Amino acid sequence: MSTWEPVIGLEIHVQLKTETKMFCRCRNGFGGEPNTQTCPVCLGFPGALPVPNRRAIEETIKLGLALDCEIAERAVFHRKNYFYPDLPKAYQISQYDEPLCSHGKLAVPTPDGEPVIGITRAHLEEDAAKNIHVAASGRIRGATATLVDFNRGGTPLVEIVTEPDIHDSETAKRFLQLLRQTVVELGLSDAELEKGSMRFDVNVSVRPAGSDELRTRTELKNMNSFNFAAKGIEREIARQIRVYEEGGTVEQETLHFDPAHEESPPMRSKEEAQDYRYFPEPDLVPVHPPEDLVDRFRTEIGELPGARIRRIADTLSFYDADVLVTGGLDRLWSAVVDAGADPKEAANVLANQFVATGTDVSAVDAGELAKLVQARAEIPRAAFDEALAKVGEAGFSADPYLAQKVVADASELDPVIDRIIEANAGQAAQYRGGKHGLLGFFVGQVMKETGGKADPRVVNERVRAKLG
Amino acid sequence: MARITRDEVLHVARLARLELSDDEVSKFQEQLSDILEAVSKVAELDLADVPPTAHPLAIENAWADDVPRPCLPLDEVFANAPDRDGDYFRTPPA
Repeated sequence: MSTWEPVIGLEIHVQLKTETKMFCRCRNGFGGEPNTQTCPVCLGFPGALPVPNRRAIEETIKLGLALDCEIAERAVFHRKNYFYPDLPKAYQISQYDEPLCSHGKLAVPTPDGEPVIGITRAHLEEDAAKNIHVAASGRIRGATATLVDFNRGGTPLVEIVTEPDIHDSETAKRFLQLLRQTVVELGLSDAELEKGSMRFDVNVSVRPAGSDELRTRTELKNMNSFNFAAKGIEREIARQIRVYEEGGTVEQETLHFDPAHEESPPMRSKEEAQDYRYFPEPDLVPVHPPEDLVDRFRTEIGELPGARIRRIADTLSFYDADVLVTGGLDRLWSAVVDAGADPKEAANVLANQFVATGTDVSAVDAGELAKLVQARAEIPRAAFDEALAKVGEAGFSADPYLAQKVVADASELDPVIDRIIEANAGQAAQYRGGKHGLLGFFVGQVMKETGGKADPRVVNERVRAKLG
Repeated sequence: MARITRDEVLHVARLARLELSDDEVSKFQEQLSDILEAVSKVAELDLADVPPTAHPLAIENAWADDVPRPCLPLDEVFANAPDRDGDYFRTPPA
């Protein structure tokens, strides 16, 4: 039986959080009443002329540098023509053969090696408007209408395209997480999947292992979570392998995973699909990024997430390093460790418990958090949880929580444990009969009885000794 | 110079969602061919060393700072809209 190698390429769209749109100075932002953030340019009125947003160009260059791209000395905007209600000009201003950034790469740290994924290009374009498909008011049964809100129309969008260098779903997921974190740290975008400010499509094909052919690929569109993407990729790989092994052929097609988030351009018949009739946008002149600006941006880019994962993985496990960095927690972690906390303990608290509190990382006093981390075993769990939930509040002090001591004295705990064993004689018998999973039940009862103040490790030990 | 074919006219019309009568197809076939012919005059020159010109002015970096300006009032937004539904444009089903 032959083995198969998946070939995966990604196309990612990121909404820039500029103040204004890409080619006009209407406000760029969520939440406005429909069509209130519009003007003749973004409504496509005849004669209106686009003027590029300088900051959007600069931020795309920054991203290009972070992705190790060549920054074009001459970048050109093109018109991509297609007909759809979300596109009032019947063309999208995009970039074609002279994008701002190209030939980049991103090394993706994984537990076993660091695949380097080629970045074909990163270019700038305008987003389409938002279509709302509705049922019509009943004149023709089953008919629908489309309502259009142009607030999003014309907002700046960066498109990043990778080479088909990815060969498993896990790497695809890590790439996306790393890219997201990079974009967020550069301050370009919120890159929130739920809000659609980061969206991605995945191209998947498979080929016989060892060959370098590129077979027909399918496109998975509109995936709204990294895990969802990984699962979708795996399912599609398995499907294609099955098709080939049964002697069939894979058809080129687009698979929509979340129809509620359907985005333009819509699926079209095959002969039209690539007929965008690109040509240079005559209303715009070329962009020539000033060299001193590019050089300055280059020096301003700090240590990137990939490099930090690599560095932190020297101290912690790869897993911890990855979770901290892609979760945007590693800088706080460093500060907490510098303030005296144990590195591993600090990582556990941040990645497992702190994250669940939803606290803004930048609001946290690292010194106070370090105190909490160090005292975790000595203070009651309930006090620790409460303190952690409040660690982002202004003027937070860990001291009152540190003053509450956990009950770790066996002589104090034994009577409680005895009482609980007595009250649950049935379970005690089962435990003694070998059902050791019941240990948690007893520990839980003791914790409840002591109002969460007992030291779970001591309780564990004592319960086991008494039931043993 | 090759003439524009009937199929090409129909294809372009389809891309622009235009419905053309037979007479119109013939008319546009004629007109588009004439335009193409007129432009192809340029090909008579030796342009081997001339880069494609996308813009008549040799300027670059015409851009604006990222500072908001007032948007259009809604009555002007919808002044020419064939169909308005609340504060939305309404179009046939897409």
